[in-house]
This record gives sequence, structure tokens and C-alpha cells, in this order.
Amino acid sequence: MKIVIYGGTVIDPANDLAAPRDVLIEDGVIRAVVPPQSGLATGDMRIDASGLIVAPGLIDMHVHLREPGYEYKETVLTGTQAAVAGGFTAVACMANTNPVNDNGAVTRYIRERAQAANLARVFPIGALSKGLRGEELAEIGEMVSEGIVAVSDDGCPVMDTHLMRRALEYCSMFHLPISVHEEDSYLAAGGVMNEGPTALRLGLKGIPNAAEEVMVARDIALARLTGGRLHIAHVSTKEAVALIRQAKAEGLPVTAEVTPHHFTLTESAVEGYNTNAKMAPPLRSLADVEAVKEGLRDGTIDVIATDHAPHHRDEKEVEFDQAAHGVVGLETALPLALRLVHEGVLSLPDMLRTLTVNPARILGLPYGTLSPGAPADIVIFDPHRRWTVEARNLRSKSKNTPFDGWDLTGKVLWTLVQGRVVYAEEEADRRR
Amino acid sequence: MFHRRHFLGIEGLTKDELLFLLSTAESFREISEREVKKVPTLRGKTIINLFYEPSTRTRTSFEIAAKRLSADAINITAAASSVAKGETLLDTARNLVAMRPAALVVRHPCSGAPHLLARLVDCPVINAGDGMHEHPTQALLDMMTIRAYKGEIAGLTVAIVGDLLHSRVARSNVLALTTLGAQVRLVGPPTLLPPEFRLWGVEVCTDLRRGLAGVDVVMALRLQRERQARNFLPSIEEYARHFCITPDALAAAKDDVLIMHPGPMNRGVEIDSQVADGPYSVILEQVTNGVAVRMALLYLLATQEREATEEQAEVGLHAPRRHAGALA
Amino acid sequence: MDQVAIQRALTRIAHEILEKNRGTDQLAIVGIHTRGVYLAQRLVAAIERVEGVSVPSGEIDITLYRDDVGRSRARPEVRGTTIPFCVDDLRIVLVDDVLYTGRTVRAALDALIDFGRPRAIQLAVLVDRGHRELPIRADYVGKNLPTARDEHVYVRLSERDGVDEVVIE
Repeated sequence: MKIVIYGGTVIDPANDLAAPRDVLIEDGVIRAVVPPQSGLATGDMRIDASGLIVAPGLIDMHVHLREPGYEYKETVLTGTQAAVAGGFTAVACMANTNPVNDNGAVTRYIRERAQAANLARVFPIGALSKGLRGEELAEIGEMVSEGIVAVSDDGCPVMDTHLMRRALEYCSMFHLPISVHEEDSYLAAGGVMNEGPTALRLGLKGIPNAAEEVMVARDIALARLTGGRLHIAHVSTKEAVALIRQAKAEGLPVTAEVTPHHFTLTESAVEGYNTNAKMAPPLRSLADVEAVKEGLRDGTIDVIATDHAPHHRDEKEVEFDQAAHGVVGLETALPLALRLVHEGVLSLPDMLRTLTVNPARILGLPYGTLSPGAPADIVIFDPHRRWTVEARNLRSKSKNTPFDGWDLTGKVLWTLVQGRVVYAEEEADRRR
Repeated sequence: MFHRRHFLGIEGLTKDELLFLLSTAESFREISEREVKKVPTLRGKTIINLFYEPSTRTRTSFEIAAKRLSADAINITAAASSVAKGETLLDTARNLVAMRPAALVVRHPCSGAPHLLARLVDCPVINAGDGMHEHPTQALLDMMTIRAYKGEIAGLTVAIVGDLLHSRVARSNVLALTTLGAQVRLVGPPTLLPPEFRLWGVEVCTDLRRGLAGVDVVMALRLQRERQARNFLPSIEEYARHFCITPDALAAAKDDVLIMHPGPMNRGVEIDSQVADGPYSVILEQVTNGVAVRMALLYLLATQEREATEEQAEVGLHAPRRHAGALA
Repeated sequence: MDQVAIQRALTRIAHEILEKNRGTDQLAIVGIHTRGVYLAQRLVAAIERVEGVSVPSGEIDITLYRDDVGRSRARPEVRGTTIPFCVDDLRIVLVDDVLYTGRTVRAALDALIDFGRPRAIQLAVLVDRGHRELPIRADYVGKNLPTARDEHVYVRLSERDGVDEVVIE
């Protein structure tokens, strides 16, 4: 089967390419990326991408697919439906399922569910500690043989410094990164939003920036001590950005990610006790938002990841203190990232770098590029198309988005995985 | 005037709204001085007090207020309700509202719980204290009490002493006092006095004697004993040593200083008995005014038409008639 | 009615009250908010001019006794009731500006009775415009003004409105 994508602008940050190009896909693999009118043989299928951007399929290295155990929130199937609708061709899913993904059997189960869904590629992330309890190391080697791409106790910060040290040492044997949720549980205890004037006014218990800062500082020290690969998940504070910048300058093996909500929203989104603005780490102040954007701009932050965290309506339509943490993000990530391009924080290629080749390299995956010979994982999007987010229309099983009703610019029209169309916007179908 | 559907907090109220609420409340005071303490205003209406926290004073005050307006008052407390059976707040409220009360009075340990109900339930909601957020009827009765003794609130200096961090009474009073033009001074230990309060246009002070210098009014706050366990304080005794309002500590306040406390008091902890029972104490006056404030709010909120009434009437009356016509 | 007419009517009513009650013994005057209160004060003054006695007076707000609470969007302002004497066994003259449907007077009767058991309650009004909806009549009337239902009767008093007049519009 041959597919030709013609007339579009190809942006492939891995090859520093941003130019009008036609793409030939053959048997699921990128065959050629050539200037327009180079006389590509007619394919079995031709996609007219004029006026559109053709880029490597997006990779989200931080999602929660909730299966097994919380299928009422999301399943591997619905989660990957949301992923491909958002232009993601690969996602790495966190271990806080039930049972926890802390052994090979659960890892294998998730991969089987992903194969059955047959949409986006799914790469499980294994638990760092058994049961995410932060006490003993999980069966990391066994999970590696079943295909985990990183380890993480995401959702449960590792408070035992000694355990964290041993995990960094042990994982270096597999060249596995450890994705860390940096929040000091003592300092954050009971907190439900950013500490500051808004929390004081709303009478909600705050979580200070220092809760993230002390943990980031600790883990950078451990990375220095062990040489282990540290990946700081969902950076939210200016202090963390500064520490990571310093660690990188020192040459330590530290990488970092930020979520679209943390670079788009401030704590003021919580006003009115909006539980769809409750997340961990919390939405921070404007100064923090500016700092994470600067971190993206200067390369301190490598990756944009969604922390897609589906929760059932019943877990959000409750008292703010009792509401679940997290928001869905797969279907709004690209247009929110495009806002950074419109604001001049990142160029379009650099923005796409944070969603393609950077996460691929951190996770050691052969995706995130349009190099000839690479698997044909591709997203085609209209960077200028305006649309309105309607929570009820999201493909994710859960609708907990703080962006309901927002007008966003940039819409995914096609998503291809291994040369197969797994998502096509209705209107895009008509252009075929 | 006051045209809001719910009464959720002092925040956002204009000075005019506050003054209107206070003058309305002052008009209601006389009813409680009559021999027959009852007017027929809310006859046939039901007021539900939904209390998720233990409370004697506030719940009784709302109940008496409702009854003096001839409403039927129903009290539901967390222990006696379906909460123990795992029903959510929203479900409980929706079920209660299905029984058509004229207003829902809500006390809840989570900040914002009344706001959740106001958003999702079709019934006027009155906040009777939510978590660490607001206790707006307390602030109104405190303003009413101050006005009764000092006339204008504008120009007064008021010290609020104690656990400011966790106090909904303090938040509502700071908002009311500053809106009405008083100077506010917050006094307490740094662990219970977040410096962000300065953004509210108030002074913060960790020294009791300095904090009370020249003030017209002192409001003491209740110190929850569990604060000690969470390391906000080394001990209750040590707190009392530094922050108990004693005759000695009051020496620097104005001669005609008013002493207030929202109750229930920990005598000897946040307030000395000599002060609590002394000639400048208006603590019981506060309680009396509480009934008038709550009567005023119930009058203003519980006499609203239901928002959907007209529409429902149409469905209820015309739909069957049309149906009958079709049959004929 | 102009200022002189209003003044004459009130003077006459004051005399009628004294005549009917045989003096000021056990007599009290209670005005209904808002303009009834000013009229009550004028009647007290007029009685004092004649008898040299200042009879007890009070004011009553009937908002909380209305029969249309919750039936309209507007929530009338509550202005407070002051009855600084024991009403038991007194002859009380209720004073209002306009007698129309009778509903205000009905509410005022209920309100007054909540304060005790007067020997008698009488009603004095400046204007009776007819169209009663309840079996209520005035004991003392300043002027009977035949009106249509769609007309408005405005009573303006100098204490509040800067001028004394009664007009139909």
C-alpha cells in the first residue's frame, strides 16, 4: 500500500526540516520526503495537505489510561481514541492503575489491550516501588522485558530518599529514565491548590512552591550522586525551572516536561471552586507560568506532556477538597502548544520538537521523525483552523477539562500510525 | 438593595448592599423584643438547615430566625443524615430540594461547598460557614453589633486576634470591615497569620500589646485545640501566654473598646474571663443580633419565586389540557 | 387637594377622633409606613393643640404581614415597627394616606394585634379612593375620591416630598 501526502509543509525537527515537501509512505514506512512536484508515483491513497502541516506523530510521555482497574474513567481504547484525535501516535501510560503496574503481568496486559485497540502506540511506564507505596523497588527488570519505557511512582512522590537513590542506580542498568512527581508530601499535606493569595481568599489549603523545589533539588543531587537518568514530570514552579537549568548546565542527565495546563493557566482558574482546575501539581502563579515558558524557550524544559488524567464526573462534582486531581489533555494539547508559537515563545519546529523527537529520545523510541525508513507515524494539522472546545464532544471517556468553551486555533485533520489512517477529521475526509 | 439569589459570602458585596443588609437586619431586631415573637411572613415555607459540622449557636439562630418568620424549619445534621450511608453532598441537596424548601442553609467543613450547591441545585443557598472560607452571617451580626455601639464603622480600628489562617469568621469580618471603611489589624502567631493578608489592605502584627494599641474593637477568635497537634503551636498554654486577651493586654486599647467573640469561647485561652464578662463585652449582644441578621436574610432570599416556576406551571397546566383536547 | 385642604381635613379628623373617643384617655395613634407615619404625627400635634395632651404614638411597617410576599420579584424594604407603649386596652387609631383595596389595613390590623389586645382599633385615612377588596371601612376620612382602577392617587407630604398635595394621574 502506497500513500502520498502532497502539497503540505513538512516539519521534522529531528532532521531540522521545515519546508514544502511531499511524503511517500510504503508498507507503513516513510519511503521518501521530497520537494513538491518531484513526480512521486501515484499512490493507492493521496492526501491533499495543501495549507497544512505534516509532522511526525506526536508523542505524549505522560498519560493515565486508567486500565486496568478504573475503566469507568478511561480505557486503553478510549484513551487512544482521544490520543489519535489529538494527533498523538504514541503515549506512555503511568503505573497508577489497579492493580498497579508494578510487575510484568500488568505491563503485558496493558500492551495487549493496546494491540486490541490498534490505534496509538502505547508504552507502559512501570512503577518504581511495589504498589506505589514508596517502600520497596518494584520488579523493574521483569517489566523491562515486557516493554516498559520508564519507571515512575507518578501520583505518589517518593519521599524515601534512600529508595530514590537505589532506584536511580538500579535503572541505570537498563538505561531507563525515572519520571518523578516532585512534591514533598509533608509540606503539601492536605493542600488542594497553589499556596498564595488566591488560596487564602478561597479558604483552601495551599501547596507552596517549596514543596516542588525541595524535591527537585534532592533528586538533582541524587542524579549527580548516581549518574541515573532523571526526568522531572510536570514542572510547575519557577524555582524548579531554575534548578533544572543549573543541573543541565552542569551536564547532569536531567530532563523535564511541562503540561499544557501549567503553561496556559494560573491558579485563578480555581476561582468559583472549579474542580476542573484542581490538579497535582497545582496551577501556579503568573510568575511561574512565565518561568516555565522561558524554560521551554531556552531548552531547560525538553518536553510538553499532557498528564492526561481522566476522572468521572462524580469525582469532580463534589466539594473542592474532595475532588480528584487532574484534567484530560490529549485532545487540547496541540492547539494549546500552538498558542506558544503565536505568542512567540517557541518556533513551530521547536514546539513540535517538544512533542516528537524529544520525548522519543528520552524514552529510547524510534519514533518522532519522518526520516526515510522510520515508521510512518504522522500527524497532519491545520495550524490556523479555529474551533471551540466542547467537553461533551471529547473522545476521552471523561470530560474533565478546564478548557471547555475555549476558542482554540489549530486542528488535527489526519493521524497515521504505521502508515494507517487511525483518525480523520470529517472535513479532512472530504479533501481526500 | 439586595437582589442576589444566594448569600454565599461577604466577598463581592458592595458597600451599599452591606449597608442595606444591616439596616434591614436592624428593622428585624424589634420582633425579638415583642411578647409574641412571630410575624407571618414566611408562613407555609420551609427552611432546611443542612449542617455537616457540629454547631449549636449558628444552627439554633437560623432555626429561631426561620420560626419567628413563621417558616417551618428542618434541621439536618451530618450524623443523622444519609452522609453516613455514603451519599454525596450534591445528591443529598438535590433530594432535599425536591421537597421544595424556600431556602437551604448550609454549614460544611469544605470551603466552597455552598457554592457547589448554588451552582447545581435550584434553591436559594445561604452560607452558614464553609471550611476556612467565609462565615458571612457572623460578619453581618458583628457589623450590626459594632454599629449599635459605635454608629459608623468607617474610621474605626478593629483588631482580630487569634488563628487567622483557619478562620472563616476572620475572612468574612476583614472583608466586611474593610468594605465599610474600618482599619483592620490582624494579630496572631506567624504560623497562623499568613503574610498574604497584607494584600487585603490590613495590618498584620505578631505582638498582642502592639496590636491592641488604640483599637476601638477587639474580636477574639476561637483557637481550635487540634492546632497544637499539627505543630502550629507548641502548646495551648504557650498560645495563651502570648495571645490571651487579658485586662492587662487591653490597657493600650481605647477606653471604650468593645470586646467581641464569635463563640464558643475557650476561657483562659484566647480570652480572659474578666474580659469576656467585663463591661465592654458585647458577646451576648452578638448572639441576639444573629437572629435579626438571619431573619433579614431569610426574608430577602426565601421570598423569591423559584426560578423555574413559570415554566413549570406552563408544563403542568397546559400540557395535560392539550392532551385532553387531543382525546376529544 | 392642596396644602390648605389637607390641613383642614386633618384638623377635622382630630376633632372627630376626640369626639368619638370622648377625649384623649386611653387613646393612641399609630401611623402606617411611610406617609401614614407623618399623618399620624400631624394628628398628634393637632390633638395636642386642642386638648393640650400629647397622646402616645407609634409607627408600623406592614411589609412582613403582606399577603403577596413572594408573589412579585420585588422584595419590599423592611423599615421597622416602633410601638413604644403597651397596646392592651387602648383605643388605637391607625393612620394611612390612601384607603384602596384594604389589604394594607388588613396587614396592619394583624401586625397591631401581635402586640397585644387593644380595646378598639379605628382607622383614619386622608383619601378613600374606593375599590375595596376586603370588608374594611374607615372611621375618619379626609376626602372621598372616586377613581378608576387604572388611575394612580399620589399623596405627597412636605416632610418627605417637600410639598403637601393629593393628585390623581
